[in-house]
Amino acid sequence: MGVQKRTTFALLNFYKLIENLMNSYETVFILTPVLSEDQAKEAVQKFEGDITGMGARIKHSESWGLRKMAYAIQKKSTGFYFLMEFEAEGSVIADYELMMKRDERVLRFLTVRMDADHVSYAEKRRAKMAAH
Amino acid sequence: MSNDIRYLNPVAIEITKSKYCRFKKSGIKFLDYKDANYLLKLVNEQGKILPRRLTGTSAKYQGRVNKAIKRARHLALMPYVGDMLK
Repeated sequence: MGVQKRTTFALLNFYKLIENLMNSYETVFILTPVLSEDQAKEAVQKFEGDITGMGARIKHSESWGLRKMAYAIQKKSTGFYFLMEFEAEGSVIADYELMMKRDERVLRFLTVRMDADHVSYAEKRRAKMAAH
Repeated sequence: MSNDIRYLNPVAIEITKSKYCRFKKSGIKFLDYKDANYLLKLVNEQGKILPRRLTGTSAKYQGRVNKAIKRARHLALMPYVGDMLK
């Protein structure tokens, strides 16, 4: 048993190596409601451009529109929510998060590395949304 | 036999339903932090996370529940403190 486990781990590591350590990430961020819809879209395009410039590949991008937040952030009760899914090396994330932190238009953001279950869930969710 | 306690009516014994983990049973592997409506089921009226003792969730999934709820709170999809959520 133990030997088998070790070999599977070794295999997994090998696969990771040939994948060049690319991980899947998912990020949600909230932009200030002060912006107009066009300005918000522009900001998202800028983020997408920057992140691809850092060496990431964007898989999916979606807008949830202007939503009411559960509590006020920076004295604002609504915000533009955006969801983005991308593949990147782990080192990209620090740069990306720094960029988000520096941007005044961003109220809040969250980046999450996706495991296999998360990836399959996201695919299912996208298929569901496309069907509707 | 004078020590025996006798009751006129049979004593009502509470039959407790055995708890089970809803995630194991329905085969949910990933808990989505973006789905606030679903996470609301795992929280009390004040927005506090319900304990395993009440929901019957297995330890493995309770950890995931906690993580998902905390992420949802961070993104203001759920409140940190609420009142009359249900």
